Order: sequence, then structure tokens, then C-alpha cells
Amino acid sequence: MVRIIVDAEKCQGYGQCCFEAPEIFTLGDPPVTHPAEVDEALRDDAERAADACPLQAITVE
Amino acid sequence: MGEVIIVGGGLGALRTAESLRGAGHSGPITVVGDEPCLPYNRPPLSKDALLTGIDMSALEFRRRPSVEDITWKLGHRAIASDLSTGTVTLDDGTSLEADGLVVASGIRPRRLPLSGPEEGRFVLRTAADAEQIRSRLTPGARVLVMGAGFIGCELAATARRLGCEVAIVALDDEPMIRPLGPEVGAAMRRRHERQGVHFHLGLTVDSFQGDERVRSVRLSDGSELAADLVIEAVGSVPNVEWLEGNGLDLSDGVLVDSSMRAAHDRMPVVAVGDVARYPLALFGPTPRRIEHWNMPTETGRRAGHTLAALLAGQEPDRTPFTAMPAFWSDQYDHTLQSFGMPGLATTIEITDGSLEEPCVIEYHDDAGLVGVVGIDRTKDVLGYRARLAERSAS
Repeated sequence: MVRIIVDAEKCQGYGQCCFEAPEIFTLGDPPVTHPAEVDEALRDDAERAADACPLQAITVE
Repeated sequence: MGEVIIVGGGLGALRTAESLRGAGHSGPITVVGDEPCLPYNRPPLSKDALLTGIDMSALEFRRRPSVEDITWKLGHRAIASDLSTGTVTLDDGTSLEADGLVVASGIRPRRLPLSGPEEGRFVLRTAADAEQIRSRLTPGARVLVMGAGFIGCELAATARRLGCEVAIVALDDEPMIRPLGPEVGAAMRRRHERQGVHFHLGLTVDSFQGDERVRSVRLSDGSELAADLVIEAVGSVPNVEWLEGNGLDLSDGVLVDSSMRAAHDRMPVVAVGDVARYPLALFGPTPRRIEHWNMPTETGRRAGHTLAALLAGQEPDRTPFTAMPAFWSDQYDHTLQSFGMPGLATTIEITDGSLEEPCVIEYHDDAGLVGVVGIDRTKDVLGYRARLAERSAS
């Protein structure tokens, strides 16, 4: 499994992750919601979302 | 598999290297970067990092495990190249040879050729620049910002927060006028003025005054403004000189096609990020150089796949490049967010709120919606992205 962590202090809700990986990230409250872990098949999507975050708030493990 | 040199050590270099690996290129990759550090995030340099301190470990980009084996030749600048032999010459006189070249050499701040002392003049591009400026942004310091683009305005906001006296001198009629247009630029100017920033618009700096260091500047209307430090934020120059003599179109950055490939028949050359000029399918055939933060990632992804294909003797993907330009800017407690190319608009429409309050502004050209800007309305702007992406179908 792939662990997803969003730093709530950094996240400004710009939503870039939701465009890059709509299967993982959803706009909501807090600004972005996501499962704590996703299937290995979604790793590349998660990495793309982390790359696209202007605040660099997403960690993929 | 072929060797790749990436000239430039910023975000575009990193994303291209990762994309090369993702596309199956397993040959050696060498990155030549003129800064002493690994790729890091620049936007905080005019904002949070200037306020709270520059912590490189926090700014450095996460790097994918796939690029752990690449060679970082840091603190070196390319000064010449011969693409017929695949050679890049560095500033220490050594040369590197490769089968494929990535141009990721970025931009540098433009400096105006003005008379007067050099000391007390600063630019902001690198972490080292920010470190120099930061130590001088002390309470009461008189800061004169030349230029009213995003960097100038963000610097002004940060300097006010640090208790400095701030003046902005710019030839434009309003701040950020090219990306935002005059009405929205004026609305942002009023937000700055309420925070105590003094604007001197429609004017240029004619000369710097002072003996050893800048004490004041003389403006084009003959007036003089006292300044403890001057920050020049008057645009940028693409770093392309090292590519001269190879027949490439270097008239504004490096001209490439929708696959990020430069026209060269001897070796595969791609360009990415701030230095690249490419057609953006959503906004017509005109090649554009776009200095938004998201474009090094977008162009790097495309360029990595293109170069990997070329090195493997395959045809690159020549489908239209449909990346969506996006920008963000924080000034005081205000957040600007944009998608598309609002600077291309002929008309604007405030669809929600008013310019003095949180609002959403639609930008239109002949073909319809061309961009959107939100002031303190991040969530409401997001819905426009899909609408803008539909331009490609039209």
C-alpha cells in the first residue's frame, strides 16, 4: 500500500492534487480529503499529485 | 541507452530526469546546476521564507527514488555548447559529452543598465539572493521595489509585514497589469495602499544616487526617493547564451515544438520550464514562454518522454500540449489564484463578489473564456479549470 500524508498546516486548498489524482484527492473540509492509504497501482497518480502541489504539502510513502 | 546532460538544476531539471526514468531511460544522467544546492522551491523566497527564515531542508524538493543514481554537478554553469558533437563546456573549462540534451537553464533577473553605485541593489531569484535581502529587511528600512509584477508585489507585502517602509516604482499603470489587466491590477494596488505601500506608477528609475552605496533613486519625472535598499524586479532574461552558434531559435528562450523538442538534426535536444517557448494547444498556435510555477513540471514530463523516445530510436509523442497554466500569489492575507491565460483577454467580467472584496473574475477573448482569477476565492476558481480545458475542443 502507498501512504498519503497531507500537511494540514501547509495545505491551502489550491486543489491541484484533485486534478492530478481525482481517485485519491477530493475537495472538501478540510480543503482536501483523501484515504490514509491507497493501492500500489495508484502510486504514480499520488506522486503526480505531490509534484503538482504548489505548497509541496503532500508526502507519498 | 545513451547519456543525457541536463543543463540547469531547478524544478524543470528534476521533473525531466524523473520523467526520463519513468519513460524507461536507464542511461546516465548528469545535471549541471549553477547554484550550490539541489532543486528547491522558489515561490516561498518572496513570501514565507523571507518572513521566517530560509531553511533549505524545507525548500528542497522531494526527489523520486528513480533519480537517486543521477550525477549532480552543482556550482557549475554551462558557457558554450556544440550540438554537432554533443559537447557542453562548463565554466571551469571542462567539457561533457552526451547523446541527448535537456535545456533547463531557466532565467535570470533582468538588471537595468543604470548609473550610480552598485551596493544596495538586489535582485531575487535564488535562495542566496533571498538571504541577502532578508538580512536588510529590518523595521524602518526604506525599501524601494522596482517593478510591479508578482515578485515585486510579493516582496512589497513581505517587507511591509517586516516593518519596512515600502515604495514601488513601475512603468506600468497598475501592478500586475499584464497578467491581471488594469481593473484587477488597480484593485490589488488599493489593497497594497491600505497596507501602506506607496506607488509611483508610469515612471522609471533614471539613476541611483549615493557614493559607496545607493542612498536614493532619481525617477523619470525628476523626483528623488530615498532608499536603504533597492530591489530590481523588472522581469527576466532567458539563460540561452551557452546555446548560441547551433542554429537554434533563441529569440525568446528556446523555441520547441509541442513535444518540447528543439529543431536540431544532429542530437536530440529538448527544453523545459522558464527557458522554453512552446505552443500551448488551448491558446492557439503561438509559441509562448510561461514563467508559472506549474510549467516546469508539465513541460518536464513531456520532455522526458520525448527524449527517452528519441534516444530509443522511436518517434516522440507529437499530440498537442494541453497543459493548463496556473498561478498563485500570496500578498498579505490575500490569495490570488488563476487558471488559463487571463493576460490574453479582451474583456473581463466579475461574476461573483466585487473587486474590493473576495471575488471571481472571468477573462474572455474572441473564443470565449480564456482565463479566470480569484481573489480570496480559491475553491470557486477551481470549477473553471474544466471549463477552460474545453477550449481545446473548440
